[in-house]
Amino acid sequence: MQGAAPAPHAAPTAPLEDDVVRVLRDDGSLDPEHDPKLDPDAVVAIYGAMVRVRLLDERLVGLQRQGRIGFHIGSQGEEAAILGSAAALREHDWIFPCYREFGAALWRGMPLAAYVNHMFGNEQDPMKGRQMPDHYGAKGARFTSISSPVGTQITHAAGFAWAAKIDRATARREGRALVGAEDVATLVYFGEGATSSGEFHNGMNFAGVFKVPLVLLCRNNGWAQGHAAEKQSASVSFAAKGVAYGIPGVRCDGNDLFAVLAVTREARARAARGDGPTLIEALTARMPPAREGAKDASEAWKKRDPILRVRRHLELRGVWSEAKQREYEAATLAEIDAAIELAERVAPPALGTMFDDVFATPTGSLDEQRAELLGSPRATGLAKP
Amino acid sequence: MPTMNMVQAINDALRGEMRRDSRVVVLGEDVGKVGGVFRVTQGLYDEFGDERVIDTPLSEGGIIGCAIGMALYGLVPVPEIQFSDFIFPAYDQIVSELAKYRYRSGGEYSAKLVIRTPVGGGIRGGHYHSQSPESLFIHVAGLKVVCPATPADAKGLLLASIRDPDPVLFFEPKRIYRAAKGEVPEGDYVVEIGRARIAREGKDVTVIAWGAMLYEAIAAADQAKEKGIECEVIDLRTLWPVDIETIVASVKKTGRVIVVHEAPKTCGFGAELVALINEKAFVHLEAPPVRVTGWDTPFPYTLEMEYLPLAHRILPAIVTTAQYQ
Repeated sequence: MQGAAPAPHAAPTAPLEDDVVRVLRDDGSLDPEHDPKLDPDAVVAIYGAMVRVRLLDERLVGLQRQGRIGFHIGSQGEEAAILGSAAALREHDWIFPCYREFGAALWRGMPLAAYVNHMFGNEQDPMKGRQMPDHYGAKGARFTSISSPVGTQITHAAGFAWAAKIDRATARREGRALVGAEDVATLVYFGEGATSSGEFHNGMNFAGVFKVPLVLLCRNNGWAQGHAAEKQSASVSFAAKGVAYGIPGVRCDGNDLFAVLAVTREARARAARGDGPTLIEALTARMPPAREGAKDASEAWKKRDPILRVRRHLELRGVWSEAKQREYEAATLAEIDAAIELAERVAPPALGTMFDDVFATPTGSLDEQRAELLGSPRATGLAKP
Repeated sequence: MPTMNMVQAINDALRGEMRRDSRVVVLGEDVGKVGGVFRVTQGLYDEFGDERVIDTPLSEGGIIGCAIGMALYGLVPVPEIQFSDFIFPAYDQIVSELAKYRYRSGGEYSAKLVIRTPVGGGIRGGHYHSQSPESLFIHVAGLKVVCPATPADAKGLLLASIRDPDPVLFFEPKRIYRAAKGEVPEGDYVVEIGRARIAREGKDVTVIAWGAMLYEAIAAADQAKEKGIECEVIDLRTLWPVDIETIVASVKKTGRVIVVHEAPKTCGFGAELVALINEKAFVHLEAPPVRVTGWDTPFPYTLEMEYLPLAHRILPAIVTTAQYQ
């Protein structure tokens, strides 16, 4: 990993492919240079979370195709980039997500039931049914709220990390307790498409100028919806964009759990030390849909699949087996299916709740309109929905 | 009670609140060492340091986006946008993020900040230093919108805004920054958000105004009095949530109402006020409600005094409305 931004005159046009950090080899062994040295139980726990996210994704894609949920934006193929980075944080750190990172929220303690209830937008959805699926938040997991505009969370994350720095300095000077936690770092997720947004520029610029404790994690899966990465930017890489902001950029194999974890851990440590932000480009790929599964493509994918790669490593270490895999998958699917079955039966949010949380206390027009809705024929049962 | 102008009163409020609550931070373009282009934040940098009075890069989207992140952390940011004409690069952050944060997260999170920004024309600023974009924010669910007309209200409403749990757009009428002078209570002084003020009592015609146009409404009311027409002038102070009770009570008394604002007429806040008056006080009306406003053009430079709804345009509307049968 690069320790500092390259000199402005040196790097920008040079290809950076050689700089990609890789740890997990094809045979399942680890390159000692960047090995994060996790104990086997820790790897099994993260691996389990990756499999759980994949199974959940598969179920949700099915539910969407059946029209039982309105939307799902999956993370198949990007599990290492998401879980590896989440696992590199400490409990009191904060995550500003875009919308493929429910795996990180679950890893940090968002209950599965809360996530599934959100996907149905029911009465027990923590978002109270106000947002389309996959626009969750989980305060208990220090995981902020998702919106649809692309890139806006990058600036929020810069401001949040900046506030932690201000809090530390002013609390010390004024002899008061911290508003937040000691030694907090912030991580923000975005796709490579978001680097085209003005908010990427704003967030990077403010983060660089004020040297805030922030980790910027760009998941480069090569596609922003239907738009290829090379049509997003003429830059030699997305990590190279850090140069102009005085922010060191580093690339890693985003389908390599150990590389993502090692690089994020180092960036987190830099942030916590007060050395400022780091831009990470995790090179990953969306898993090809099964229906396009020509045999060659699926064979090639098996070599890249971040889950199969960790599994090979665990089997090499002798801590995983086909039997364990079957047992774990069966138990996890049962847990997921039970959550779905429960969530589907929960009622939609009560009508009157539509007017809550616009303001802390409803203003006059909201009270009037709530009364109007509750007195309307559909609410009083006088008209069929 | 000391006499202050609007700039001094706002400065006094910020200083007092920053002393009281160390979570309060001020950020914006040139708000620190320079003290702001209108000197509203003058001296705060020296007292509170560069961590709490922050000169930022020149990016409104970055200022508001970062302020939202600061608020999520638990600080109380009071960002300044140098002119409200330049707020639009931050419009997505305000509309899509700030206004919706509490609602979209089911109340788990809130992003509370007060955006201070000078508003209005009559200072030879042309298109980009003169506009009044208040209705573009009132229309967005989740924002409170305040526009004081007196130094005392500027202080009291700013303190209320900083302590309010919801995001507030705090519009400061720049034309009267120094021209409006008055007694301002010392120390902690809060004016409740959502309450209009009867600036002058009268029985014949209600005139609703805010910001710099309040003084034009009062000047027109003075001239109307010489013609035997007694106007009740309402200083709205808080635009949203609007104090419709005070408006309706006045309209019930007078039966005649005029709304004055600088913003263009079409879809200006006057349109909403007239609609509300029609809904809630229609049977009390004795004349059609009238709007005296800026024209439906971009804000002009040379002819700005012909664009603004000054007293000479308000007076004929008062007379016509008072005489309507």
